[in-house]
Amino acid sequence: MRRILANIAGQLLALFAQFITAPRADWRGIEPTARQRIYFANHTSNADLPIVWTVLPPALRRVTRPVAAADYWLKTKARAFIGPEVFRAILIDRRSEHQTEDPIAKIVAALDEGASIIIFPEGGRNRSDDPLLPFKAGLYNIAKARPEIDLVPTWIDNIASVMPSGEVIPVPLGCTVVFGSPLHVTEGESKDAFLTRSAAALTALMPMRDPGQEAAS
Amino acid sequence: MIPDMPTETSTSIVVLFGAACALLIVATIAGEILRYRLARHGSHPTVETYVTRLHSWWGLVFLLAIALLVGRSGVILLFAFASFAALREFLTLTRKTKADHWALIAAFYVVFPVQYLLVWMGADGLFSIFVPVYAFLILPILSVIRGDGRDFLSRVSETQWGLMICVFCASHIPALVTLDIEGSTGRSVLLIAFLVLVVQLGDLAEYYTGRRFGKKRLASDLSPKTREGVFYGTLAATGLGLLLFWITPFTPWAAALIALIIYLIGVGGSLVLSAIKHDRGVKSWGHLIPGQGGFVDQMDSVVFAAPVFFHLTRYFYGA
Repeated sequence: MRRILANIAGQLLALFAQFITAPRADWRGIEPTARQRIYFANHTSNADLPIVWTVLPPALRRVTRPVAAADYWLKTKARAFIGPEVFRAILIDRRSEHQTEDPIAKIVAALDEGASIIIFPEGGRNRSDDPLLPFKAGLYNIAKARPEIDLVPTWIDNIASVMPSGEVIPVPLGCTVVFGSPLHVTEGESKDAFLTRSAAALTALMPMRDPGQEAAS
Repeated sequence: MIPDMPTETSTSIVVLFGAACALLIVATIAGEILRYRLARHGSHPTVETYVTRLHSWWGLVFLLAIALLVGRSGVILLFAFASFAALREFLTLTRKTKADHWALIAAFYVVFPVQYLLVWMGADGLFSIFVPVYAFLILPILSVIRGDGRDFLSRVSETQWGLMICVFCASHIPALVTLDIEGSTGRSVLLIAFLVLVVQLGDLAEYYTGRRFGKKRLASDLSPKTREGVFYGTLAATGLGLLLFWITPFTPWAAALIALIIYLIGVGGSLVLSAIKHDRGVKSWGHLIPGQGGFVDQMDSVVFAAPVFFHLTRYFYGA
């Protein structure tokens, strides 16, 4: 029953996101095919996850699970329904003193069940003027644990103007989600080298804008 | 069909719809023949774009015909939806900061619905000034109280220009139904058909003749429009205006002259919106209409022509 309800809520959420921002998927480096993937994306707004979720074709959406913060998603009853049930999120507690199991092991277990995952490797929302915060080690550890799975850089564009952090009402502006070419951790690559390389692959997908708008956003 | 629409009005709409379908059938058959002939050499990008565009045209003709037959609420709903999509495309490309959040919310959730509500109520005194007076004065206030002065003038004026084009000008298309014309009651919905058909068919004639005979560009690299194309477009639009005089309150010569004026303003509007795209480094405003780009790409010329057409008609023919 709850499963069905969560399903309907998911459909409604996707419909609402489509109506508000008419998000567009730009499959630049990959095709939207049923292949196991780790999508890693920039994170500026609470609307990031729903937008990526919405642009994935339903068949892919069903097998894709986001990695999300337990301390955020378990705070209220509504969130506890949307996060774990609608998105079927893999909940990770960011506060190490609350961690009961190894977060990487939890994510790898989900991958071993065949799920694709969406992960925000900055570890939190980016409120700075830089396009990306330095990546946390998590992405490297997952890539190292399952090196055969494609890591897809996923740039979410313009969402910060739709719903800047601290705002509640979304402005209906167009959003684009750009999927880049997959990458893998190479033999003997150090953690820092890999994280720099993957962050560069992500920022490379950022659309070019005139300097004025860059400064303003 | 609503009871207050005279049968002769709905008959006229059906006749126009039939004529538009006939044109589209010819164009579709031509497209399929071209596709078949070229199939041996693999698919041809120009023909594929042409066929995609035709599919969109079929959709647009059906939507417009249904809206016109429903009457006032039909056209207001259709153009309100298009207006919303256009505003979203426009404001996606404008400069803004976090401080503009309330102003943008007001633009989408207050200015846009109120403008269409005023049109629906037929409050022509108010809908002609609501955006340029109230919206233009209040939105910058909403931005300034959030206290961010970076690029202030460009942020404020770009938002306002978006509202002007996508809400104010666009709402003058459905506003034509509110006009009281001397000696022809219940026929003002046909003015929308006149405006849209004249301007869009002129554009199509310009596009295809321009591709074939075009030499000299009108606005250098800002737009592919050529003098030759616009010359043939003008002939087509004026001729069509003359042909369609019977659906308007105009005499044949006045219909031709008005068609000429709205077509030329439409060409200008299309150039202006191309320049904005050029400035922002994009090829089209959006992606929602297959083969055409966005709603702003589809409506640019009609939107520019609408307020001029509205006021010309009201001044010379209004009761």
